[in-house]
Amino acid sequence: MTTVFAFIETFKGVASPASWEAVAAAKMIAGAGGASVTALVFGENASAVASQAAQYGANAALVCEDATLAQFRLEPFAALLTALVNEHKPVAVVAVSSSRARELLAASAADTNSPMLSEVAALTVGADGKLSAERAVYAGKVISDVAVTGGGTQFVTLRSRAFKAATPDASAQAAVTTVAPALSEDQIPTKIESFEEEVGKVSLSDAAIIVSGGRAMANNPKDAPAGTADAAVWKAQDGFAHTIQPLAEALGGAVGASRAAVDAGYIPYAHQVGQTGKVVAPDLYIAAGISGAIQHQAGMRTSKVIVAINKDPEAPIFKMARFGLVGDLYAIVPAITAEVKRRLGK
Amino acid sequence: MHVVAFTRSTPDTAAKVEVGANGQPTWGDAATVVNPWDEYALEEAILQAEATSGQATVIALGDELHNEALKHSLAMGLNAAIRVEDAALNTGDALAAASAAAAAVKKLGDVKLVICGKEAVDTGTDQHIFQMARKLGWTLLSNVSKILSVDEAAGTIRVERQIEQGKQVVSAALPAVLTVTKEINEPRYPSFIGIRKASKATIPVWSLADLAAEVPSAGVSVTGYRNLPPRDVKLEMLSGTPEEMAAKLVDLLIEEKVL
Repeated sequence: MTTVFAFIETFKGVASPASWEAVAAAKMIAGAGGASVTALVFGENASAVASQAAQYGANAALVCEDATLAQFRLEPFAALLTALVNEHKPVAVVAVSSSRARELLAASAADTNSPMLSEVAALTVGADGKLSAERAVYAGKVISDVAVTGGGTQFVTLRSRAFKAATPDASAQAAVTTVAPALSEDQIPTKIESFEEEVGKVSLSDAAIIVSGGRAMANNPKDAPAGTADAAVWKAQDGFAHTIQPLAEALGGAVGASRAAVDAGYIPYAHQVGQTGKVVAPDLYIAAGISGAIQHQAGMRTSKVIVAINKDPEAPIFKMARFGLVGDLYAIVPAITAEVKRRLGK
Repeated sequence: MHVVAFTRSTPDTAAKVEVGANGQPTWGDAATVVNPWDEYALEEAILQAEATSGQATVIALGDELHNEALKHSLAMGLNAAIRVEDAALNTGDALAAASAAAAAVKKLGDVKLVICGKEAVDTGTDQHIFQMARKLGWTLLSNVSKILSVDEAAGTIRVERQIEQGKQVVSAALPAVLTVTKEINEPRYPSFIGIRKASKATIPVWSLADLAAEVPSAGVSVTGYRNLPPRDVKLEMLSGTPEEMAAKLVDLLIEEKVL
């Protein structure tokens, strides 16, 4: 009996919704060879998360709720994954590419000298069961085709939002098996001393809608308070908080920014979209006051619908956009926010 | 303490990259730069080596193109540079690269800390870094935003890490492999004297035979490169007052099923 492992990522006992994309991709790989899908859930509340995984298509689950796995640490997670791979010899191990999943799968692939395809945007199963994939290289400027040539378990991390999760079936169930951890606490070289959670942070890579601001955020018509050291920075920061953020909130989306805006100190780096920031692929990307430099384009060009708002009708961003609005973002963005609230009742 | 940083040369951030006639990515006449994430790793390697009166070595895997990044590293102030090149590493298999990188660190003998930028922008991956840590059997600490303390005698390190949900303080056993984020430091510019010295440096090249390394048989190959398909969009310009444009836009976005 052959199986495909799908790694279900959890935080404080709650599954990351992107994990169901991994179950769907695992099912696609399994389907081609008549194999089953086994969800792997490590950490607190694993059994409950496993039954949720069943609703999204897992046939079985291997769970471990040991205290050493309460918070993600590479060593105990990788030792357990490697032990399970050696025992079950799955066709593949699939996870959605978060930073911890990339570490975990890479580590276990190294432990078992197995092939790995990382951050893939598309996946094909060959007649012999070997996987080939499409992935972005050169910061999204070129596509690379990669193929598994060797034998053994194939490790795959998926670009988030590249695969569609199944519609959950409330009646579906999976056989849940509890497994023992592979390492005891005294064998683990890392201790988490403290953790400071940043609440309300919307992950750019998971967002379906992104509203981004660029250099033109500094053209805020509001006056900076007297004595402000750098009026442009104040104006742009105020604009992100009171013009961009409200539209993102009304749309249930995340706030992005161009490198120019980040470099100028208008908004923290965590919001940067582009070559040296995040590569995103939302359903809707609204670029306000962003000219569309090549490094920004590399980060957002696979968005489904792009809306460009810019004073300059010649800005390169319009070449990629589906809808273009020429004018002052400080007049247009609030008008869109008001319209969205009125129409969508938010 | 002996600290190692890894680097590579990548096309300038603003360069247009496309697939050339030979099927390989090309960036025309554009210059290469140090892989942008590596600048932080190089700076941190210098700082950590200085703080312990130790030395910092920089290693690159690949062909002569990467001498540029190594010379930049020497000009910044790293003490020695090594390039690892072998035809067996040209398949694009990260595990093979990771095994060779681990062997190079082992050959240096007394290394306690390896520092890497968080990913390579050309190959678009961080897989090789994590796999190097496993092949060394060392602790991996990713996305480190601050090194709080290093105690070489006790064999411990304390760091602050950025994870997707917030910030962690972690203590761990040395030796360790770190990836570092932008927040960790302000990379220095090479000095004029540094650049002059680096330009005269001869960089030793190690082959897999020199490393006496067993590289696992390649399980993955790059089969080709493609240019991005053109964005198949018809631009529709909206006109009118901001309110009129906003109303039209919302209609159109609902029609496109993205709202």
